[in-house]
Amino acid sequence: MKTTKPAADGLLSSAKLWTLTFAPLCWAAHFLASYLTSAIYCAKYAPADGDGLPIRIAVALFTVIALSLIAWIGGIGLRAHHMGETKLPHDDNTSRSEQRFLGFATLLLSLLSGVAILFTALVFVIMETCH
Amino acid sequence: MHQSSFQSALDTAGKGAERIAELFYWMAGGATLIWIVTMGLAVYAILSRREHSVRMTRWLVIGGGAVVPTVVLAGLLSYALVMLPELQRPAPEGSLTIEVAGVRWWWRVNYIDNTGRRIPTANEIYLPVDQPVEFKLTSEDVIHSFWIPSLGGKVDMMPGRTNRLKLHPTRTGVFSGVCAEFCGTAHAQMRFRVVVTDQQTFDDWLVGQAQELAERREPSANTDPADVHQSAAETQAAIGKTTFFSRGCSACHAIRGTPADGVVGPDLTHFGSRLSIGAGVLDNTPENLRLWLSDTHRVKPGVQMPDFQTLRGDEVDSLVHFLGALK
Repeated sequence: MKTTKPAADGLLSSAKLWTLTFAPLCWAAHFLASYLTSAIYCAKYAPADGDGLPIRIAVALFTVIALSLIAWIGGIGLRAHHMGETKLPHDDNTSRSEQRFLGFATLLLSLLSGVAILFTALVFVIMETCH
Repeated sequence: MHQSSFQSALDTAGKGAERIAELFYWMAGGATLIWIVTMGLAVYAILSRREHSVRMTRWLVIGGGAVVPTVVLAGLLSYALVMLPELQRPAPEGSLTIEVAGVRWWWRVNYIDNTGRRIPTANEIYLPVDQPVEFKLTSEDVIHSFWIPSLGGKVDMMPGRTNRLKLHPTRTGVFSGVCAEFCGTAHAQMRFRVVVTDQQTFDDWLVGQAQELAERREPSANTDPADVHQSAAETQAAIGKTTFFSRGCSACHAIRGTPADGVVGPDLTHFGSRLSIGAGVLDNTPENLRLWLSDTHRVKPGVQMPDFQTLRGDEVDSLVHFLGALK
């Protein structure tokens, strides 16, 4: 039996769905990069009481990059959220409402990921040595 | 001497444990406050009949649901992180160093003296009060975790890796130590006692632990009944020594100063002076030792030591006398 596709307005845009995941992916990448760098550096290139400054510099760099990417993604989400005149909640069964909803969710996830990245980075602020 | 009646991270006797307990009280206080406010708002929302401004309620949701938790978590995280450098910092150069290895399901302990010599013991740790101590922790089989709740935080013991931990006892007493990482059948019975004493008592204890059996008043192997000075207990101990070797105990256990040099099980050179049997499972009394020797697997299911149910009653008695005399 032949099935008919639902109207395009009712479909979620796959491109927007991927955008939704970028901020948490930045968070995951930042977390892994920070801990892998410190683990490898302390295990392979520094004594047990080795200075933690090189790691702190590397994590600061990762943090700036991750927060910049998240700010950019959050900006995209904010623009999608504010598109047009409608207000929250974006729950109409239309393509525009769906884009506004995904934009708003992207913005909120960006904020959450930004805070999580700062929490991860905070650990390295007090890291004096490889101990 | 104070003996901790229960094992608790809040019954503090060390600098690390004091900071951790402090953090716990702040977290518990903060959590209680947040719970009261949240429940108060929920009850208010249910009971309140009057209309509220949409703008105000939206800010309440954003503030209470996102901003306040973030600020509270950031505060707690910062407070905890500030503690870390001091807790992680090694003990000063020249501090007492103790190597501890986790073995299913007991603790191999080596004190390093001033000359670098290792003084072995097992399942019991003596510490001097008000002195920082550096622990070097490893494992001989699976992952264990070394934890003396009253003295400080716990640290994992990994095969092939040495982790370190600094503890700084602040009052004398007897405290409990445990394995805090599930490691197999007898994990819950992998315990040890920690005795914190004044410096002089500790120094005397360490000098005693360094002695080998031959340096002390060894239970005599001479069982000649004509020797009127030999007490019945000493005779029993001498027979027990013979039993110890004839029954193969020396294959697994070392008694320094004798041919017994097994390393599979705990060093027994000063077994009689220890507080517990079977890694903190039983108090070290003759009755409990008799039970341990004759029905080991009932006392500690899964233990690697074989059940010596073939030992005759008189052999068990003599072993109890011999091991009890190893002070």
